[in-house]
Order: sequence, then structure tokens, then C-alpha cells
Amino acid sequence: MRSPNNTAHGTSEPAAVRWLLTAIALGFLTLFLFVPLAAVFSQAFEKGLSVYLTALREEDTLAAIKLTLLVAFIAVPLNLVFGVIASWGIAKFSFPGKGLLITLIDLPFSVSPVISGLIYVLIFGRQGWLGPFLEAHDIKIIFAAPGIILATVFVTFPFIARELIPLMESQGRDEEEAAMVLGATGLQTFFRVTLPNIKWGIIYGVILCNARAIGEFGAVSVVSGHIRGTTNTVPLQVEILYNEYNYTAAFAVASLLAFLALITLAVKTIAEWKVQQQLKAE
Amino acid sequence: MKFSARNNNVLPGFGPTMGYTLLYLSLIVLLPLSALVINAAGFTWPEFVAAVTAPRVLASYKVTFGAALAAAGINAVFGLLVAWVLVRYRFPAKRLVDALVDLPFALPTAVAGITLATVYSANGWIGRHLEAHGIKVAFTPLGITVAMTFIGLPFVVRTVQPVIEELDTEIEEAAACLGANRWQTFIKVILPLLIPSLLTGFALAFARGVGEYGSIIFIAGNMPMVSEITPLLIITKLEQYDYRGATAIASVMLGASFVMLLVINLLQKWSRRYAE
Repeated sequence: MRSPNNTAHGTSEPAAVRWLLTAIALGFLTLFLFVPLAAVFSQAFEKGLSVYLTALREEDTLAAIKLTLLVAFIAVPLNLVFGVIASWGIAKFSFPGKGLLITLIDLPFSVSPVISGLIYVLIFGRQGWLGPFLEAHDIKIIFAAPGIILATVFVTFPFIARELIPLMESQGRDEEEAAMVLGATGLQTFFRVTLPNIKWGIIYGVILCNARAIGEFGAVSVVSGHIRGTTNTVPLQVEILYNEYNYTAAFAVASLLAFLALITLAVKTIAEWKVQQQLKAE
Repeated sequence: MKFSARNNNVLPGFGPTMGYTLLYLSLIVLLPLSALVINAAGFTWPEFVAAVTAPRVLASYKVTFGAALAAAGINAVFGLLVAWVLVRYRFPAKRLVDALVDLPFALPTAVAGITLATVYSANGWIGRHLEAHGIKVAFTPLGITVAMTFIGLPFVVRTVQPVIEELDTEIEEAAACLGANRWQTFIKVILPLLIPSLLTGFALAFARGVGEYGSIIFIAGNMPMVSEITPLLIITKLEQYDYRGATAIASVMLGASFVMLLVINLLQKWSRRYAE
């Protein structure tokens, strides 16, 4: 054939085609990913570092950061506990209806974020089922932190479970069974055998769950009420600043979230690699 | 030593873990979702139909589903290309590019929204050049497609990529030996093997686009009848304290997501069988 040096000519494309396809793919990613990402940081630092830092030190922004951290601090552990418990029950045992149960756990991913907020308004809102009761007892859930936490727990519900279930299923139960037969208790087996095996899976799930908990916008927007300094999370603060044409401040706050997203991607890539290594080693 | 007879399995804890799983699932997911269904059931049929087929609502379905379809189509074509290039070719910073493909999963939607609106506005980095050719993106339905393309981007790449990795190059060699040129091999041998995962990725990107809110509202312009998406209309109704209107439209959206979930599950089963 024409290219004797190219041993893979039957299973690869000519160099010019390869070059062209790579260029088109990278061009597409540049337009839709790289440029928008770079623009976040460029806009944030447009007026210099001091303006950037002043924007971040604004009182409402600090309040928003505090609220967001509180929300993530409650939502992530709740879903972590659920994820670990559910994946033990689902992955280590066989029972009828397993597929349906996994689909139900995945359900919040298929629901529009706006609907995820709306359902809590229908239950706890003033016109909702429990509205009159809550009002009589002066308990605020909607337009307050509890509603924001509930909506966040809902949208981040599947993250950890859906990562751990396939991982634990692929690891099987031989090691746990051996531990039990050797006299370990159930909890000892879990903490000394299972937990080290799923460590990187947990980290992967937690980091993605955390990113979504901090970044959730639609669901939180419905239940928050947008009260400045009180019920605004960081993403909602970005929206308010942007809508007030305070672009530099909006992008300064947004750059914090973008930075967190990049850290998330880095940790996720490492965790993915570790999980694959572990599965290969078995 | 205590042996549990269930599942012929010596491992303990099936009862308590399953109990907790079902309880938490019911409290957090099933009960709140049923609130929507029960509230929607309070409508009379003509009332419901009137609420979900008002002209402004119908226009919002058209905008939402149309833009999501276009965005999923763009992602199917370019996502396949990106996955192919990432698996088969070598270029600098490939691992970095590979990791960044997941950015839309990790970047909060509000951040994506404001940066896309800025970049694609008439004087933005990209919008400026499009504007010179008379193409307006920000504050038009085209902007909605751009935002949906962004958030749906990882789905096609990540469903197709592992399938390309697993492809046996022997069949490509066989096709080449039998006289097929590279293009024929791709169309007649490789592409059919990728179709199930490609369709799964398409459906996932479409479903995500239909429900998306945060990244779209900044770039859309949000003009009723023209560039107003259905999730925004639900929020507008809520802000006007029209809970019934919001519930009716939301239940249509929820129904649509259930149908898409079913389709995606079937597609995934198909592609898994195909892979074996």
C-alpha cells in the first residue's frame, strides 16, 4: 500500500483527516467550554484584584457563602449516609424489584430542578398541605433555610448511591463473607473490609454531590424567596448581582464557584482513576 | 456464629438497610413527588386541559422541546466526534481536555448562564463575530439552544467514549482486508455498533435540556411566546401565586420526564445487550 510506515492504515484515518477531525472537535469544545470558562475569570478580574476582593467581601455575599456552606454541610452527610446504607442493602443482596428500586433512586436526576422546588412549596408553602399548621406554630420552611436544605437534599439525592451501587456490585461479597466466617461482626466487616474497598467511590460521590449542593440554582430559586443576606445562596447571589448590572461582582462570586468546579473535576479524575486501578487489581 | 438464611447469604443487615433505604426514599423523593400528582388530580379534566394548552404554555413547550432537540442533535454529532478524537487520536493536553468535558456537570448552572450570556452577547468574545454576520445568539431562541448544548455536552461523549474504547479493531481490519475504504468501514461497520450508545446519550442530553433552568434564563431573553421556556413559566406562575397553573404545567413536565426516563432505560438495556 501507499504508506508502508503506517502499520495501522486499515484501522486509522490518513493524517490529514485525523488532524482535521481533531481540529473540529477542539474547535467545538473551545466555543462551548473553554471560552465560557475563561470568560468567567477574565470578567471577574477585569477591574483588577482590589475590586475583585472588595466584591467578595461584601456583606450579602459573605452571608450567601455562609448559608451555602450550611446547606452543603447538612445535605451531603445525609445523602452520604443514605448512599452507603442503600448500596449495602442493594448491592450485597439479591431480591425482586431491585431494578425498580435503583430507577426510583435515580428519579431526582430526571426531574426538572424547578419541579424539585415546586413540590416542597406544594407541601410546606402558605397554600400548601402543611401551610396552615406551620403558620399556626410559627415554623418557616419555605422562604427559609429548611426549604433550601430540603430542595438541595432532593436534587443531590442519587449522587452517592448511584456511584456506590455498581462499584459494590462489581466487587461482589466474597471478602465480606470470608470476614464473617472468620468471626468478624457485621460492623467490623463493614468498617474493615467494605469501607476501604469503596473509599474512592465514596470520595467520587461526595465531591459530585457537594458540587451540586453548592451550585444548585433552579430548585433553590423556587423555595428561597430571594431575601438578601438571609435566604440567598451563592448561585442566587450571582443572579442578583448580574441582574443589577453589577457584572464584575457577579463574575467575582461566580469565579469562586468556577474554581470549586475545577477542583471538583480534578478530584473526580483522580478518584475515577483510583477506582479503575482497584477494579483492575481484583 | 449466626447464619442468615436470606439469600443464602452470610452477610447481615439486609432488613435494616433496606428499611432505611425505603423510608428515606419515600420521605425525600416519593412523598414530595406524589404531592404534585395529587394536587394535579384535584383538577377537573377540562380545567386541566385549559391550563396546560393555553397559547403561552403551548409556545413554551415548542421553544423548550425544539431547542432541546436541536441541542441534543448538535451534541450527538459533535459529541461522537469528540469521543472518537479522545479515544483514537493523540494530541497535546489530551487528558486535560478529557477531564474538562465534564465541566458542565461540575459548573453551577447560574455561572454557566451568565458566562454564556456574556460570551454570546452582541459585544461578547464570540457573539461579536457572529453579530458581524448578522447572527444574534443571546436573547433569542438560538441562545437557548447554545445553553442546552453546553449543559448536555458531557452526556453523548461519556456514553459513546467507553464503547469506542471497547471496539475490537479486528473487525475494522477485516473490513479493510475485504476492500472497504475507511469511510465505508466507519459507516457500515463502526457506526452501527455505536448507535445504541449514541441514542442513549442523545436522549440523556435531550431530557436534561428540557428540564434545565439556571443556565438558560440569562441568555434566553425570556420573551413570552418567543423565548420563554416551560420551567420559567412554572416559576412565573408561582410568583403570581397561581399555584394551580404552576402545578398543572409541572405535572405535564413530570409526565414527559417519566416517558423519557422509560425510553432511556430501554435504550440502556438495548446498548448493554448490544455490547455483549
